[in-house]
Amino acid sequence: MSATNAGAPAGVSFSGITNSEWTKLRSVRSSRWCLFLTALFVIAIGILVCLITESRYPDIHRAVHPLESSLVGVNLAQFAVGVLGVLTITAEYSTGMIRSSFCAVPKRLPVLWAKALVFAVVTFVISLPSILIAFFVGQSILSGKHIDVSISHPGVLRSLIGAALFLAVMGLLGLGLGAIIRTTAGGISALVAMVFVIPPILELALPESAYNAISGYLPLNAGGAVWTISPAAHTLSPWAGFAVFCAYAVVALAIGAVLLRQRDV
Amino acid sequence: MIEVTNITKRYGDTVAVDDLSFTVQPGVVTGFLGPNGAGKSTTMRLILDLDAADSGSAIVNGKPYREHAAPLREVGALLEARSVHTGRSARDHLLALAQTHRIPRARVDELIDMVGLHDVAGKRVGGFSLGMGQRLGIAQALLGDPSTVMLDEPVNGLDPEGIQWVRHLLQGLAAEGRTVFVSSHLMSEMAQTAEHLVVIGRGRMIADTSVEQFVAGASKQVVRVRSPELARLTEALAGPNVTITALEPSSAEVAGASAEQIGDAAAARGITLHELTPVQASLEEAFMEVTQDASQFHSVEDPAADLGAVEGTQA
Repeated sequence: MSATNAGAPAGVSFSGITNSEWTKLRSVRSSRWCLFLTALFVIAIGILVCLITESRYPDIHRAVHPLESSLVGVNLAQFAVGVLGVLTITAEYSTGMIRSSFCAVPKRLPVLWAKALVFAVVTFVISLPSILIAFFVGQSILSGKHIDVSISHPGVLRSLIGAALFLAVMGLLGLGLGAIIRTTAGGISALVAMVFVIPPILELALPESAYNAISGYLPLNAGGAVWTISPAAHTLSPWAGFAVFCAYAVVALAIGAVLLRQRDV
Repeated sequence: MIEVTNITKRYGDTVAVDDLSFTVQPGVVTGFLGPNGAGKSTTMRLILDLDAADSGSAIVNGKPYREHAAPLREVGALLEARSVHTGRSARDHLLALAQTHRIPRARVDELIDMVGLHDVAGKRVGGFSLGMGQRLGIAQALLGDPSTVMLDEPVNGLDPEGIQWVRHLLQGLAAEGRTVFVSSHLMSEMAQTAEHLVVIGRGRMIADTSVEQFVAGASKQVVRVRSPELARLTEALAGPNVTITALEPSSAEVAGASAEQIGDAAAARGITLHELTPVQASLEEAFMEVTQDASQFHSVEDPAADLGAVEGTQA
């Protein structure tokens, strides 16, 4: 057996691990599906809602800002992205691939960071154009009734970019929870519970004043602030909210990282 | 070279690996032998830093595995449990691992051809047979052209041709001066492939020796006899060191007496013999004899033991 690569004794490098994680992400059917669904939800639902809004004008016009009509699909896309974030690491545990990955990179943590980087970039790069398509097509539909909003309107561009950032960070939160829990079902359950189940329970359980004090810091409210143009009561400012949402993902990834180093695989 | 020193690993109350020490030298194939559940896979995971040892150390080529700058160039491993994403193609799987070390794509294609997966390299690994999975695992182990190769049960699921191929491959790798460490629960396979043996049972060292010595030390000689007058022959042979195990009404296995002694005894009494065959205990039997006490899972009691047979007799 000849050593065709004997001349280049290159070791493990972060850029190499990043390439590896990109290969992993693109070469599995489930991740291609999740990314396709993300784009489909954002574009199709955004356009559909704008069509409905336009046809039923003026009945439902006042209730929803035209920008938000174009972004309704993000609410569904966040599931696809969150599930993909969980799967990005739990599928390695369920198949045993994680052992191969950690044999190649026995320091382990660079694998998690590369996954996070590749996943966040890919999600953002797919989400942003989808959001822009949903926005421009949606607003051109609404312009028939002159109820559209321009991208130069204050807060609109920030909301569009913010929505793409929000989806990327939602995926990172899923990735962090997946790294902690290591099973797909468990990771998805944890994500759903944390983001969608516990907040409404808190709203029921806590006195109103207490709930109002914390509601802006709950994951969806915090993350939603950056892509909402007409903020509800008791919410944080767009970028403060986004920072809080990022903190959830960072904490989940940090706990995941500590456990990743310690546990046997 | 692999140096394992006083390594111990517990899972809850179970001691999977118990104070194990051994060295795997380059240039020869070293077999890692033991019954299922003996701790072979755990030991290999400890060497690769996939599991953390409770105490002791495993050093590969001078350093703990995780401290190497290019781990895949130091140790190439085939792990027993499948370690492949089933939804990915064989080529993408190898490519993803190669990229971590900037190993060129050409190397991936070279290995795919070498292990005979060319026609299925683009197919999802989930559809692979066990044998194809083993070939992929062997390609994975060789990706980094490593100086140490560690394979957990590589011939599992391979057809005879594949087994032959693995045997030649391993011997070739050792001849190139690499360290080759191969686990198996099949003694006969190891006897044909390995020069050196590390034998464990219940996580403990049983033997660290050459194959030749192991076989010589462990095997016992028996003689198969067939005679229409077996009862008379049994009487004639009776003695403190002789064990006779009936196989059929007219044949038996005799331990503790040579063919010559049996033949002379029969001739002296005019007993007719239809067969008189010295039988070397098979390697498998030798192995089972050595590991019997250490085996995790006994299937049935040794029927000979019920007959009160005397142990430890050798011609």
